[in-house]
Amino acid sequence: MDFGLLAQHVMNGMMLGMMYALVAVGFTLFFGVLDVIKFSHGDVLTVGAFTALATYVGLQSVGVTSDMLELLAMLVAAIGAMALLGAGIAKGFVLPLRSAPALNTLLITLMLGTVLREGVRLFYPDGANPKPFPRLLPVESFNIGNLNLRLDNAILLTAGVLVILGLQFLLNRTKLGLAIRAVAQDEETAKIMGVNFNAIVLATFGIGSALAAFAGLMNGLYYNEINFGIGLYLGVVGFSAAIVGGLGSIYGAILGGFLFAALQTIGAVALPFASAYKDVFAFAVVIAIMAWRPTGLIPEKLSERV
Amino acid sequence: MKTLLALTAAVVCGAVLGASDAVRAQAKDKVKVGFIGSLTGGTSANGLGGRNSADLAVRLRNADPKAKYEYELVSLDDECKPNIGVQQATKLAADRQVIAAATHYCSAVAIATVDTYHKFGLPVIVWGAVLPDITYRNKYAEIHRVNGTMINQNQRNAELVSKLGYKTFAVIHDTTDYGKGHNKYFSEALTKHGGKILGTFGVTSDQQDFTAELTQIKSLNPEAIYFGGLTPIGVRIRAQMDRLGLNNVLLDGTSGIKSDAYIAGLGKLSEGSLSFIEGAPTERLPGGKSFLEKYNAQNYPNPPEAYGAFAFAAMTLILDSIEEVGPDRKKVQATLNKVKDRDSIVGKVTFDDHGQNTVAIITAFVVQDGKWVVWEDSEYAVGKRRLPGRK
Repeated sequence: MDFGLLAQHVMNGMMLGMMYALVAVGFTLFFGVLDVIKFSHGDVLTVGAFTALATYVGLQSVGVTSDMLELLAMLVAAIGAMALLGAGIAKGFVLPLRSAPALNTLLITLMLGTVLREGVRLFYPDGANPKPFPRLLPVESFNIGNLNLRLDNAILLTAGVLVILGLQFLLNRTKLGLAIRAVAQDEETAKIMGVNFNAIVLATFGIGSALAAFAGLMNGLYYNEINFGIGLYLGVVGFSAAIVGGLGSIYGAILGGFLFAALQTIGAVALPFASAYKDVFAFAVVIAIMAWRPTGLIPEKLSERV
Repeated sequence: MKTLLALTAAVVCGAVLGASDAVRAQAKDKVKVGFIGSLTGGTSANGLGGRNSADLAVRLRNADPKAKYEYELVSLDDECKPNIGVQQATKLAADRQVIAAATHYCSAVAIATVDTYHKFGLPVIVWGAVLPDITYRNKYAEIHRVNGTMINQNQRNAELVSKLGYKTFAVIHDTTDYGKGHNKYFSEALTKHGGKILGTFGVTSDQQDFTAELTQIKSLNPEAIYFGGLTPIGVRIRAQMDRLGLNNVLLDGTSGIKSDAYIAGLGKLSEGSLSFIEGAPTERLPGGKSFLEKYNAQNYPNPPEAYGAFAFAAMTLILDSIEEVGPDRKKVQATLNKVKDRDSIVGKVTFDDHGQNTVAIITAFVVQDGKWVVWEDSEYAVGKRRLPGRK
């Protein structure tokens, strides 16, 4: 296999890995802070992508033509709207169910995810069909053998890395991050120390959902197409990636996301004419890893003792 | 005075009774006919187009004073999923009041439900699914089909692309019976014309990311990619071909991408894609123009798409049969089995011993300037424009 081909596969894998990682980080944040699995995360991604598209359509109809301005507006609109949606979901569905078994929250958010997905399909104009997503990033590219390195791929990848670094900075170097980590570690003590529990939970859900919106926008810019089903698959993969990496650990989520993408790429390359089975291969390896390390690759440092 | 009042009352009563008698005499027996299609999901555009067309047939018949019965359309959604399709088919077939039905756009669903219709004895006419096995796997007297099969479609496909000079192909097909069927028949037809298939890739029907498959294909360097699948993934594949720099490769598609949604989803990228459908474009069908006029008069929110005319023809055949022999499943089935050289808006219909319409017109289409244009009418056919992959 020549270098160019390998490099292209690596590039594809990294783009996928970035998107899975962003979704996985969301799942891990929610689990870390409240011990809940918010299964509507993938569908929040979809709604974020469609919000961005709607913003674009709106701007176009008003006569805005600058790519940069449109991109900025879409980013702000999608992230802002999804942060609010995430906080809303936390306030309306997750916080009230805190004393119930975690399974209930999983189920209710799963159902909420379906409502969001079908809502997009039914209420967005022609939502049932795939919708073209505008090309707002420069498309210059150069070929190195079989590798087609596009500028927009590089920009998306860099942006993803910056977002993850930004999140790390937020969690480790700011007061908000400190409060989030405190609540994740021990809710009761955090409350005693003066952390506003509800506000932090809402903020965490807002941040996680904003990440989903960013991932949705990335998805749209990368594939130049969005449809109401993108969140479903990404949600499942993101969740599996978060689990395999170690639920509750940001590094674990990132590791899980890139690991899953690497497995899919290896599967597609190693089984060239049976690439329909790449998902089977990837999930089978994930199952094997879970059997070997049940709490994930980056294990929980603390276990709860009653 | 009192006698006059009594007399007037009697006359009035008599008139009212007489009028209501006339009204009762005009009330027709209600007959239920069924329709199943993919009304939701990625192929909903085609399903809704078919449903509206069947609905149009029923409305026109109900507006016809010479009709013997009043028809009610029971329309169900199979979501293009075989398990849901079987549920809905069972529901429709178990309702004894439903006499016959026009069924299915998705081949994967249609093949799953043939046994159900046979078990319950519900005569059906398939209006959109192209998998040959639907009529040819079993000899069920209940199953008929007005549209052609993918065998004919792929023969014409292979013939056209070979004539245009394409020799090397990569095949992407979805792993449902629809995609697998297309793969099988295209491969057979292509080898007869001397073409070579460099690689075959199966993908799931709701797959999002094709960069891995397309990267492999790029390294194989084919002149064309044959795509056996439906619009949702067709759009994604073409968009991702562009992302990987595969713009000088032809996208040779099937009836699955012949939809307005394909062009809407891709914009300029759809230019130069090929597709084929059984029959001819709606405007060119014998009854096509009048069908479109009547369809548009009803102001349906969705267009009829590629197979709406077939759904209309199927439903019309059903209604005609019920008018002829009455609302009885066995009699309608027997009548349908005998259909020979019947005129319909899609041309002459003749059901063979497997219930398959033996009409074999296949029309090739190419996307030109944001519209599906009949190949022979296009600028590509006369050489004014070049398809991707051709010098």
